[in-house]
This record gives sequence, C-alpha cells and structure tokens, in this order.
Amino acid sequence: MTTAFYRRDRSQQPLPLSPGYKSTVLRAPVRPLHALEQTVLEQTGPALGHTPLGPLDHDLIRNAATTGDALGERIYVFGRVLDENARPVPNALIEVWQANAAGRYAHVRDGYLAPLDPNFSGCGRCLSDAEGRYLFRTIKPGPYPWPNNGSDWRPAHIHLSVFGEAFSQRLITQLYFEGDPLIPLCPIVNTIPDKDAVDRLVARLDLRNQEPFDCLAYRFDIVLRGRRQTHFENRTEGL
Amino acid sequence: MNDRLKETPSQTAGPYVHIGTAPQAIGRPALPHQPGPVIESNTGEAIVIEGLIRDGSGTPVRDAMLEIWQADGMGRVGEYGLFARATTDFDTGIFRFQTVRPGQHAEGHAPHVAMLIFARGINIHLHTRMYFPEDRETLTKDPDMRRLEPEAVATLVAAEDGKTEDGLPLYRFDIRLQGENETVFFDI
Ligand SMILES: [Fe+3]
Repeated sequence: MTTAFYRRDRSQQPLPLSPGYKSTVLRAPVRPLHALEQTVLEQTGPALGHTPLGPLDHDLIRNAATTGDALGERIYVFGRVLDENARPVPNALIEVWQANAAGRYAHVRDGYLAPLDPNFSGCGRCLSDAEGRYLFRTIKPGPYPWPNNGSDWRPAHIHLSVFGEAFSQRLITQLYFEGDPLIPLCPIVNTIPDKDAVDRLVARLDLRNQEPFDCLAYRFDIVLRGRRQTHFENRTEGL
Repeated sequence: MNDRLKETPSQTAGPYVHIGTAPQAIGRPALPHQPGPVIESNTGEAIVIEGLIRDGSGTPVRDAMLEIWQADGMGRVGEYGLFARATTDFDTGIFRFQTVRPGQHAEGHAPHVAMLIFARGINIHLHTRMYFPEDRETLTKDPDMRRLEPEAVATLVAAEDGKTEDGLPLYRFDIRLQGENETVFFDI
C-alpha cells in the first residue's frame, strides 16, 4: 500500500533565484511551481538501496588508493536517515562526492591549482541499515575558491545524494563542518533563508565515536519527506 | 501544531556531480549497479529520448544530471518502475536516455516520464514530466494537464524526431529553465 507524502515545506529549502549565487540568475525558473497531487508513481521509487555495494565503496580513504591511504584529516561521517515522522529510513542509498584535502576535485573540469591526490577519487557511497544508520570514512575536504563575485570560497563540504524509498524523497544536498568560519560567508549556503535550516546542514564533531589514534567522527542526520499518516495511526499515537 | 521533523534542505549538485553519480562521464568506470542512461526492459517498445536544457539566455546547460522514473511498458510502477540517469554532454549539452514507452499507470492520466534536473545554479532539483505527442487526445482530459494553459502543456510534450541509427523511435524533449516557453515545473 502506498500513501501520499507531505507536501515539501519550501520554507526550509533554498530560494531558486539567489543573485548572490550568480549561476542561479539564468537557471532559476521565473514561473511558480505548479502543485499536483501525487500518484503511485511519485509514492514509489527505484530500489537502489537493495543491491549490495562494493566492500570499499564507503571508504574514500582506501577505495581509490594506489600507493597508500588518501592524504588528509581522517574522519568518519555517520548519522541516521529519518523521515519527517522520525521513522528510520532503511536501505537508503547515499552517494557522496567531495574535493580532496587540498580543496581540489578529481574532475576534468576542475582547474584549481591545488594538487590532486593520486590516492583519492572523492567518490563513495553507503547504505542505511534497518535503523536508518549510515557511515562512511573519508578525509576532511579542503575549502576551495570558485568564480563568483570574483573569488568566493566554499566552506569545506561533502556532496550527498540520497535515495529513500520513493521518488518524492529524492534529495541532493551538501554537508558542512561545525566551526567553519566560511559557512556564513558562502553564497550557496545563503540561498537558504532560514538560519535553523542552514544549521541542520552542519555536521557536529562527535569525539565519542572517534577511532582513537586514527579517525575523528562527525555526526550528520538526514531527514527525508514523510508519508501522511492515517487517522488510525494518529489516534494510536495519541493514546 | 507541528512536531514533525523538518526535511533536510537541498543544496546544488554543483558542476562536479559526475564524480559521485556518473563517473563514466569523466572517464572513470561506473560503480556496480550504478544507474546509467539505458533501461533494458522487455515490457514495451524501446524508445530514445534526447534533448537540451537551455538557460534563460538560450545557452545549453552542459553540466546537468537528469533522472527519469516511469511505469514499465505495461503501466506498472513500484518494483516494476523504471529508473535511469543521464548527464548532459560537456560540449553539446545533449542528454540521451534509452527506455521503453511507458504504459498508463493511473486511470485517466496520460502516460509520461517523470524527470528531475540537478545542476550548478539549481538549488533544489526541478521536477518535470515528458508526455508523448501521440497522446494529445488523452492529454486534453488528463486531470493534471486540464488545469494548465495549452501553451504550458505544450512545454511538456516531446516531439517525434524520426529514428535513431538503430531504428528506435526518437523523441526530442527540450527543457527551458527560464524565460519564453519556460518548461512547467511541478511541486508534487
Ligand atoms: Fe563542491
């Protein structure tokens, strides 16, 4: 059985047109979005989280290594994938990509002068478990400059692409790191008008989950859209 | 009163989206089971969808990633639904999917392909639909399309564009992000 998802709360989302981020000026639609009722198509989705991953897919320190581990500050990124009803989302596929410790992407289009790391591709992925928990290991990416208002600087960030159980839950976002002074200065961060919403994109240092003498840990929870609840379920929860 | 959790905000996929979602576009092997632009399905007629995404100045968007989700040829969704992912060509901006003609998955609704667009400068993905030109009759009665102006519906209908080199029916679906003939984007 499928039920509809809550309508997306756009107050928690970035504005499409945000002139401080120059690329939006010609790419943001001018006309308002057209609201539609969901059909079963939007309430279901591809089962991408049900195929096993490679053994090193979640380990960006090793999954592209040729002569040794990737260079940089070794970190775990972990957390839970939940829906708006605070239910865990199992079998969520999380694809990640990021710059290396020097702020350079292993991508043909990135011409930043910082060096590539021959042991790092910046590509990984992981699945959430039955309780919605996920984890990957990587190095903390460096900040990098980009052509926007002259040379703006991106705070350190990891790009995350998430598939829950339905097409309606599809989400691509970026995770930032607690304490980074570049966060409030970033025109891409500032496409989100709600400060609390921005705060929910900031991963928190979690010393308890470090790997001693090896790896720091950052916690980042992900919330996907939730399904509308039936009256029966509401009543049960109210008891 | 609202004690629901709030959805994680979206951020742009940026210009390097290929690293994590379509490594073959930058000369690296795709990961096992990572979706690409070709759907193999024996449930319907194989077709190819090709198009350009243009920005407000008419310039093709050459760094986008697109995803489609549709019913199979027999109109089944859920576990039978079909999913694919493509990126726009770095030089031409053209994207290309091979799939099957979707069947009708909901009473009264014309068959269509749901499409999401991710790119630099797009802060939260855009959701649109591609309909088929041979379904113009059904479209006039479709409960979703009936509420749109005919010019708006026209932005969602692909054009027949002959056959591919392999003899498959080719549909051309161009997307206009902004300005004249701006494509209709949905909040679903
Ligand atoms: Fe980035």
